[in-house]
Amino acid sequence: MTDPAILLSLDNITKRFGALVANDAISLDLRESEILALLGENGAGKTTLMNILFGHYVQDEGLVRVRSNGGDMNSLPPGSPGAALAAGVGMVHQHFTLAENLSGLDNIRLGTEPLLSLGRRAMARTRIKSIIAESGLEVDLDRRVADLTVGEKQRIEILKALYRDARVLILDEPTAVLTPQEAEGLFVVLRRLAANGLGVIFISHKLGEVLAVSHRIMVLRGGKKAGELTAAQADRRAIADLMVGKAVAEVTRTPGSIGKALLEFDDVCLGKPSTRTALSHVSFKLRAGEIVALAGISGNGQTTIAALLSGLAVPDSGTLRLDGQPMTRTSPRRLVEAGFARMPEDRQHDGVVGTMSVAENIAIEDVRSPELSRFGFLNRNAMQTRAQSAIAAYDVRCPGPDAEARLLSGGNVQKLILARVLEREPRIILANQPTRGLDIGAQAEVHRRILAARDRGAAVLVISEDLDELFALADRFLVIHAGEVVEAGPADALDRATIGLLMAGQSHTTEPLAQ
Amino acid sequence: MDVLLDIFASANFWAAAIRIATPLIFGVLGALICERAGVLNLGIEGIFVAGAMAGWLAVYLGAGLWGGVLIAALAGALFGLLHAFLTVILGLSQHVSGIGITLLATSASYFTYRTTLPDVSSPPRIAPFQPIAVPGLSDLPFIGPALFQQTLLTWLALVLVAIVAFVLYRTPLGLAIRAVGDNPASVEAQGLSVRGLRIGAVVIGSALMALGGAFLTMSAFDAFFFGMVNGRGWICIALVVFASWQPGKALLGALLFGAFDAFQIRLQAEIGQVVPGQVFLMMPYLLSILALVLVARKADYPRALLQPWTKGQRH
Ligand SMILES: Nc1ncnc2c1ncn2[C@@H]1O[C@H](COP(=O)(O)OP(=O)(O)O)[C@@H](O)[C@H]1O
Ligand SMILES: [Mg+2]
Repeated sequence: MTDPAILLSLDNITKRFGALVANDAISLDLRESEILALLGENGAGKTTLMNILFGHYVQDEGLVRVRSNGGDMNSLPPGSPGAALAAGVGMVHQHFTLAENLSGLDNIRLGTEPLLSLGRRAMARTRIKSIIAESGLEVDLDRRVADLTVGEKQRIEILKALYRDARVLILDEPTAVLTPQEAEGLFVVLRRLAANGLGVIFISHKLGEVLAVSHRIMVLRGGKKAGELTAAQADRRAIADLMVGKAVAEVTRTPGSIGKALLEFDDVCLGKPSTRTALSHVSFKLRAGEIVALAGISGNGQTTIAALLSGLAVPDSGTLRLDGQPMTRTSPRRLVEAGFARMPEDRQHDGVVGTMSVAENIAIEDVRSPELSRFGFLNRNAMQTRAQSAIAAYDVRCPGPDAEARLLSGGNVQKLILARVLEREPRIILANQPTRGLDIGAQAEVHRRILAARDRGAAVLVISEDLDELFALADRFLVIHAGEVVEAGPADALDRATIGLLMAGQSHTTEPLAQ
Repeated sequence: MDVLLDIFASANFWAAAIRIATPLIFGVLGALICERAGVLNLGIEGIFVAGAMAGWLAVYLGAGLWGGVLIAALAGALFGLLHAFLTVILGLSQHVSGIGITLLATSASYFTYRTTLPDVSSPPRIAPFQPIAVPGLSDLPFIGPALFQQTLLTWLALVLVAIVAFVLYRTPLGLAIRAVGDNPASVEAQGLSVRGLRIGAVVIGSALMALGGAFLTMSAFDAFFFGMVNGRGWICIALVVFASWQPGKALLGALLFGAFDAFQIRLQAEIGQVVPGQVFLMMPYLLSILALVLVARKADYPRALLQPWTKGQRH
C-alpha cells in the first residue's frame, strides 16, 4: 500500500522575534486525508508556525511548499495570504478573522469575486449551501456575524476555507472557545472532511482531544520540534513528557505545619441576598501554612470573596480580621502593603496592563518601595534588574523585560503575576482560578509555587472549578453555594462525591439519598 | 406662526435648502467612504478649500466647467493620497494627520490664489454652472422650482448618493470596504490588501470632498473668497455620525441641515431686527449638535475606525 500523497511540506522554518526564536528549523509534512495534531504548551510556537504557513508572518529561513493540482510541490512566496489561499491552504485563526458587521454569507464571499464587478451573491449562496449539506456545518448564512455564537462563527470560518476549495485546513486551538458538545460536533465534521481527502492541521494544547481526533501528532516545545508519533503509538504520559521536555514531575504535597489564624471572615454579608454575587453570613479562617480550597459552581459568590480579599469591596455587615484586628478602610494598596497577594481570575485583563512592559508589570504593585523609586521618581535600572531576575527565576518566556505584556501567552502572564506577588513574600494569598487555560507544564509550575509559599508559612485560599486541582493543593475544603460558605473539613477525609453534593447545596449533615 | 408657514410654503425655500445641502452631500459621502474603510479624514475642511480654489482657477484659466470639476477632484485626490500615506502606510494618528492636511490644503490654496493672481483686488468671476430647467417638469408648482432649478452639480451629488450606496451594499468592492473598516484581519485573511483598500477609499473619498468645495465656487457662487468654506467640512464629519455611516441617511442629514440653514436665513430677514444675526448663524450648528447627541450615542461605529493596521501584528 502506498502512502497518500503529500499535500504540504514545511522545510526548516525559522522565525525570530528579537532574541526569541519562536520557530527553530521546523520541518513537517502533511498527507491527504490526514489529521495532524500540532501539540505544545502555550508559547511553544504553534501559532507562529501556522501564521508563517499562511503568510501572515514572514519566516527568517525555510520554505513552505504546497502540492499543486498538477502534483508538483511549488514553494509559496513568503508573507502572502493570497498566495496561500490560491494554493489551497485555509486557516481558522485562534481569534476569528470575521467582519462582524457583515453576514456569514458575505464573509465567506469576501475576496473571492473580482472587486470591480457586480458579484455573484446568488451563485455563492447555492454553492455554500451544498458545502453545508456535504460537511454538516449548519449555520444561518444571513445573520450578521456579530449576532452568531462562537461555535457558529467557527463554522463560518471553516466554510470560508472550504468555499475556496482548501485542500489543507489549519485550525488554531479550535476547541478553546467551544463547549464540550460543540467540540464533539467539530470532531465529527473534521473526520468527515478528512475522509474526503482534506489534510487537516489541528493545533491544541489539550492532550485528550488530540488523541481522540488525530492520526499523527507532532509536538513542539520551546520553538523546536520535540517529537513526532502516530496516534496509535501515543500514550498520554509520553506525550506530556515530550511537551514539557522533562518528565512531568508529579507535584507532591507534604503535610504542612499549620500556624495561627491570619485572616478571619466573621459573619460577613454583602450584596442583595439571592443575587449571584451576594454573600450571606460567611465565616471562616485562613491559617498560616495552610491551603484552603473554596469549591463551588461558578456564580455562587466566589467573585465577591475574591473582591473582598483584593480590597475591591467592603462587607455590608460583619468583620474581616487580620491578625485578630478588624480591618477597616481596605483598599487594594492597603491590602498589598499588609501582605496580601492576589492572582486574579481574569489574569489577562485584571492581572496585567497589556500595553505596559513586562518590567513595569512586575514592578507595578511595589513602585513606592525605596528600591524602585526615590522622591516619586522611578528607578528604571532597578526595575530592569528586578524584571530580569524574575524572568529567569520564574521562567517567564518573553522577548525581554521591555516586551509589552499583551504579547505574552496566558501561562507566561500567570508566571509574571506569580513573580510579582510571590517575591514580596506575602502572608495571605488569593489564587483565583490559578491554572485555568494553562498547559500541564505551567500548571505544575503554578502548583509548585503555591505549595512552596504555603510551606514558607503563607495562608492560601484557592478558588477553582477544577476539583482535581483543589485536591492536588488543598489541606482543607470550604464549599460555597448560594452565597453561603460551609466548612467541609480536611482534604484527606473528603472525596469528590461529598464535595459535589455540597456544591449542589445539600447540607453537610443530611445524608446523601440512599439508592 | 404665519412667518413660519410662509417660509415652509415657498418653493424658493426648498430650492435654497437643496442648494445649501449640495456641498454637504459631496462632503459627507466622501467622509463616509473614508470612515467605512476605517480612516477618519479630518483633512476635509482643507480639501474643500483646495477643491473650491483648484476648480475655480482651472475654469478661470480656461479649462471649461467640467475640466474644472476634474481638476478639483484631482486636487482632493492628491491631498487624500498624502493623508493615506501618513495614516495607512506610516500608521500615524489620523486626527493629527487630518488637521495637518486641513491647515496645509487651506494655506496652499490661498497661496496659489495669491501667487497666480497677485494684482487683482476684487475676486475675478467665472461663468458658473447654470440651473437646468427640465422642460415641463420645471413648471410643476412647488416641486418644479425646488428640484428642477438646480445645476448639474447638484444632480451629480444626488446620483452619487445612489452610486455610493450601490457600490457599498451591492458589489464585492463595497463588501471589502465595509469589512476593512470593521476588522482588517478579515480582509487580510481572505487575501485582499488592507492597505490597498484603505488608500483607495481615502483617495476617492477625498476627491468627492473636493467636489463639495468646487460646487461653492462653480455653482453656488462664481468666485473664490477667503473663508468661503466656513466649517462646512466639519459639519460633514458630524453628519456622517448622524447618518450612521449610511449613504441614504447621509443625504437626509445634509438636506436637513440645508433646510435649517435656509430657514435661518429667512427667519433672519423676517425678525432680524429683534434678535441679533449671530443667533441665527448659530442655529444650524446647535441643531446638528443636538441631533448628534440624540443619534450618536447609539451609533454603530466602524469598529476599526482610527486603528492603524500593520501586517503581522498579533490579532
Ligand atoms: N508578533 C509577535 N511579536 C513578538 N513575539 C511574538 C509574536 N508572536 C508570537 N510571539 C512570541 O513567540 C512565542 C511563540 O508564540 P505562539 O506561536 O503564539 O505560541 P503558541 O501558539 O504555541 O502558544 C511566544 O513566546 C510569543 O510571545
Ligand atoms: Mg497559539
